[in-house]
Amino acid sequence: MGVNDPTVLRLIYKMPPASPNPPHSLLSLSLFLALEQSAMALRALFSKKTLTCASSFAPVSACLDRCLGSRVRQDRALTLAALPDLAYDYGALEPVISGEIMRLHHQKHHQSYVTNYNNALEQLDAAIAKGDAPAVVRLQSAIKFNGGGHINHTIFWQNLKPVNEGGGESPHSSLGWAIDEDFGSFEALVQKINAEGAALQGSGWVWLALDKTSKKLSVETTANQDPLVTKGATLIPLLGIDVWEHAYYLQYQNVRPDYLKNIWKVIDWKYASQVYETATA
Amino acid sequence: MALSLGSSSSLSLASPFSALPGQAAKPPSISSSAAGKIFLNTKSIEKKHLRQFQKATKVLSYYGLTSPPYKLDALEPYISRRTLELHWGSIHRGYVDSLNKQLAKSTLYGCTMEELIKTTFNNGNPLPEYNNAAEIWNHDFFWESMQPNGGKLPWGGLLQQIEKDFGSFSNFRDEFVQTAITFFGSGWVWLVLKTNEKKLSIVKTSNAVCPLVWGDIPIINLDMWEHSYYLDYKDDISKYVNNFMDHLISWHSATGRIVRAEAFVNLGEPKIPVA
Repeated sequence: MGVNDPTVLRLIYKMPPASPNPPHSLLSLSLFLALEQSAMALRALFSKKTLTCASSFAPVSACLDRCLGSRVRQDRALTLAALPDLAYDYGALEPVISGEIMRLHHQKHHQSYVTNYNNALEQLDAAIAKGDAPAVVRLQSAIKFNGGGHINHTIFWQNLKPVNEGGGESPHSSLGWAIDEDFGSFEALVQKINAEGAALQGSGWVWLALDKTSKKLSVETTANQDPLVTKGATLIPLLGIDVWEHAYYLQYQNVRPDYLKNIWKVIDWKYASQVYETATA
Repeated sequence: MALSLGSSSSLSLASPFSALPGQAAKPPSISSSAAGKIFLNTKSIEKKHLRQFQKATKVLSYYGLTSPPYKLDALEPYISRRTLELHWGSIHRGYVDSLNKQLAKSTLYGCTMEELIKTTFNNGNPLPEYNNAAEIWNHDFFWESMQPNGGKLPWGGLLQQIEKDFGSFSNFRDEFVQTAITFFGSGWVWLVLKTNEKKLSIVKTSNAVCPLVWGDIPIINLDMWEHSYYLDYKDDISKYVNNFMDHLISWHSATGRIVRAEAFVNLGEPKIPVA
């Protein structure tokens, strides 16, 4: 997915390099261990991570585990998600989206997704370390929901731009031509997205998606906070519009079509074009 | 439902005046304002029959919007009048209008909304009418699950059943609140009487799904769609749910529903005194 932007979540489970020749002698064992520990310490120094409890405080058991070929991973750092900042003020998208909605949407809803995702991650980490498979499986829905919410909203903030900074200008060059080719015209695309967004029952998102392999554009919808990849592993989101009620209810009440009609005034097509060009390069 | 006789019932408008054999008559068209009152002008209908040839009898279903059993500002300060004006007046009404529009073109009709829901649910592969029909029923149920000066505790048999199935009322309350707070997406939280297990249980359904389709009997529901609380509580779901439990939930309605449910589900052996 098009999440190469540094402000986007990077979750990396750092795994120790698989040692092809497990050390057998005691000397090489302690040397190996010392190297691991110093590598751990260096990593910790140069990046902001939380170390799991199981890591640098159990060198002896780690050593034994390696000897015995145990599959318990001891050295792992957990990168937690963080709420990204908006590139514009909360009130900058008025009158299309009110400042109150933007503030609540960012500070309350997106923040709660981030918080709950991080909690779920930490619980997952503990469950993996313990080998607690039922707990790992039970946490998947919370991770999918909250992680998806974080991913989707991060993309959404980048899809929006105040009018005086270029929001609403229709796409040109390669993305513009691709839209004309795959949908007939820009207006047809807007109609299609509005129709699918309005018809979506309950909560969800409507996307302009690029298929990485076929280089074709398509309009997709996902339910709740499912990210676009749940609709296809090769799909990259260029544009996502939140049609959860919290995204518009305070201003448009239940008239979702009005919200969809107006949001085009603040869509940042430059960002979508960037993602498109990177993906089709 | 015992407490709302005649709500959302359909009117089948097949004409009873098929004057000539082999000929069916077009029923008189009825405008929405006249729904519920059928004007029969016998002479003009018979005249029409004579003039019309081979027109199939059209059976129509039509559902009306029922009002909540209280004024729209009666649930203040827990649910504002503005919320109800939009939630009932605009959203609930919208479902009714959409359903009527769909039914005008479809061959479906059910005697009651509940039958329509079960038919259109189609065993998990819902037809287009399902969403509207179920949401109408869910909202009707929701308005009646609340009352001004509601909340507090249930009593009598209902309280005993809750204590039997959940351990204590506060266990039930905690579980209900927890289910609502951890809700993902849009949907409803229900207290149902499960017909197979013969016990009360808390169930969450997404979007428009209604436990009726599984044959269970709902006792209370709570709308977890954002439109039901967003204007009053913004994202503070916990306050919304707690206010519902403490101040709005109508144990009167719940008692009536479970009394009716006992006619269908055997909740235990009767206490027959030993001679």
